[in-house]
Amino acid sequence: MTKNVMIVGVGGQGSLLASKLLGHLLLEQGYDVKVSEVHGMSQRGGSVVTYVRFGDAVYSPIIDKGEADYIVSFEKLEAARWMEYLKPGGRVIVNTQEIDPMPVITGAAQYPADLVEKMRGLDAQVDDMDALALAVEAGSAKAVNLVLIGRLSRYFKDIPEQAWQDAITACVPPKFLELNRKAFALGRAE
Amino acid sequence: MKQLMLGNQAVARGLYEAGCSVVSSYPGTPSTEVTEEAAKYDEMYCEWAPNEKVAMEVAFGACLAGKRSFCGMKHVGLNVAADPLFTVSYTGVNAGMVIVVADDAGMHSSQNEQDSRHHAIASKIPMLEPSDSAEARAFTMRAFELSEQFDTPVILKMCTRVAHSQSIVETGERITPPEKPYEKNIAKYVMMPGNAKRRHPLVEQRTRDLIAFAENCEFNRIEMGDTALGIITSSTCYQYAKEVFGDNACILKLGMINPLPEKLIRDFAAKVEKLVVIEELDPIIENHCKQLGLTVTGKDVLPMEDEFSQNLIAEKLGVAVPESKKLEETMPPRPPVMCAGCPHRGLFYTLAKNKCTVLGDIGCYTLGAVAPLNAMEMTLCMGASISSIHGFNKALGKQSEGKTVAVIGDSTFMHSGMTGLANIAYNQSNSTVIILDNSITGMTGHQQNPTTGYNIKGDPAGKIDLEALCRAMGFDRVRVVDPYDLKAVDTAVKEELAVDAPSVIISRRPCALLKYVKHNAPLKVDTDACRGCRSCMKLGCPAISMKDGKAVIDNTLCVGCGVCQQLCAFDALKS
Repeated sequence: MTKNVMIVGVGGQGSLLASKLLGHLLLEQGYDVKVSEVHGMSQRGGSVVTYVRFGDAVYSPIIDKGEADYIVSFEKLEAARWMEYLKPGGRVIVNTQEIDPMPVITGAAQYPADLVEKMRGLDAQVDDMDALALAVEAGSAKAVNLVLIGRLSRYFKDIPEQAWQDAITACVPPKFLELNRKAFALGRAE
Repeated sequence: MKQLMLGNQAVARGLYEAGCSVVSSYPGTPSTEVTEEAAKYDEMYCEWAPNEKVAMEVAFGACLAGKRSFCGMKHVGLNVAADPLFTVSYTGVNAGMVIVVADDAGMHSSQNEQDSRHHAIASKIPMLEPSDSAEARAFTMRAFELSEQFDTPVILKMCTRVAHSQSIVETGERITPPEKPYEKNIAKYVMMPGNAKRRHPLVEQRTRDLIAFAENCEFNRIEMGDTALGIITSSTCYQYAKEVFGDNACILKLGMINPLPEKLIRDFAAKVEKLVVIEELDPIIENHCKQLGLTVTGKDVLPMEDEFSQNLIAEKLGVAVPESKKLEETMPPRPPVMCAGCPHRGLFYTLAKNKCTVLGDIGCYTLGAVAPLNAMEMTLCMGASISSIHGFNKALGKQSEGKTVAVIGDSTFMHSGMTGLANIAYNQSNSTVIILDNSITGMTGHQQNPTTGYNIKGDPAGKIDLEALCRAMGFDRVRVVDPYDLKAVDTAVKEELAVDAPSVIISRRPCALLKYVKHNAPLKVDTDACRGCRSCMKLGCPAISMKDGKAVIDNTLCVGCGVCQQLCAFDALKS
């Protein structure tokens, strides 16, 4: 049975490290894994999505509507945007940070209100967290990715924490290891 | 060893293992990482060429000399390299030569959605198409062998979802390819009419040989399942088809996409009740089937445009798709924008303020066309800004000369802007060209180019002096401005538009995302001083928004470039 994790956010927020880490972890656990990323123009502050799929045999590298077991979102509006991709009853882990998209900045649109409540109304389990504050507590606003990954790790009951720690060691430059471990721990505990 | 690899990384691994010696490419999404990853192997010489035509000719020279060689590019890059492509088909190779072309169905980062298979067909060059990273590695290695066996370059066609997806690859050791000493052979390598006439029949014979090869080759395989439905497919569409149908259909998976087999397809069609072709973009396999007289479903139900997915295929072929629920809320879109601190922003603000007609080009700065700047009115292809402004001004003369500018990045200028500039210098139009020199190839993720002074490995390299180059072409008016200095930019633009002579303005400041660029602390808003006049909002900076009638700076994004401060009449934005 293939499991699907979507990582969504705003280009430049660091979602590529999150998918790299998950890919490494799941491969080490013996799964077939596919990770699909977006490079190029969309990375410039646009809405970005990364697909992580694992199981016995994974074919398509992408996740389609109604297929995601988890949506991990670096930003609130982006979580809401991709809700259609969630499986009924699936889980959303959302950083409640708001980053205004350009149409909101220019006044052409409003940032929608009460998104967490609205997402809860859709047969979804929603973990809303101020991952930015936790990242800052860990030492850098850039560590939001590890806070969210820490939270996600709670739901992967078959994978021991040590395996996550090993994946962090493998994927993060040594100089940022301590910071990222701390961010992971804060996310996992929250 | 088993590892997760991007498709592009797997191609690079294939190059390494196949004993490739020379790699020359021009960056272009989604092909760039092949060459970036190849450059990590010291055993291969790797470089960024100024454009794809140069890259392909470098690769040809290296294969002629007897070393396995490679060039990589995106789909539109193959148009630039089409000139050598069509004739290297005639000369053939000495050592193997492999070309990667990466298509971008869905246009994640491209200006069109062309189908590169047409180039393979038109140039009569064999094309392989992997469907995941393991195949990307294996096909790359086999492509060199085919190249040498059939005396032809071989094209490996990637697409965004194969190039930018990671899947499991089992790697091996680097081999030593067969020796191919260079031998003078004028009849084979000098393509003047007399020789080319004798080469053309060999190309036609090679195609017949390749069709025979395609009938039984390991790239094309049948997976039997329920015979009620037979699917012919390739590339990432194979993966979507497997996802939807599993064993509930027979699949003919084509890994060799040019030339296509005939008997294999007929035999497969005879085994199944209904035949469907699943391919993105143009109906190439489908038309081939129709030429064979087969009844087939394809583009009558599947779209010609955009990329496919498992749900799209399921829906179009009458299979149930998963249940899903969306929010009823209208979501504001989040288009890509220039980054906070982007040096292009100040320039485009100035061009918009002066109501210039801006003919643009390919790069991050194409985002100058989006709101609120809306400061670009044309983007066609690499280099077209400069050539087009000449035509625009020749057509309108005084009507346009004083308010029209061409904008082009440093890398794009080296790629194919120089020839357009030569035309302005030679055929004399009163045109103003602005080179946006951010000292890197930005959009594709920071590749060096001939103006940066560094090579692909980041080591010091030759550096082309843009000012000296423009002067040598005959431009007397060449000036450099800092785009963070709005007043200086405004003066330069006004003066160069006013003067009755062609001119070049170099707007120079390194990309704000470059690691060596030092940033200032985020600015702070003095909420007492801020009148909410929204002047700073005209920049379209993602770090500035309005809350409760006052400007707000996002300190996770702001790099303190200070451009917005220059627009604030109330001194409300503090360093």
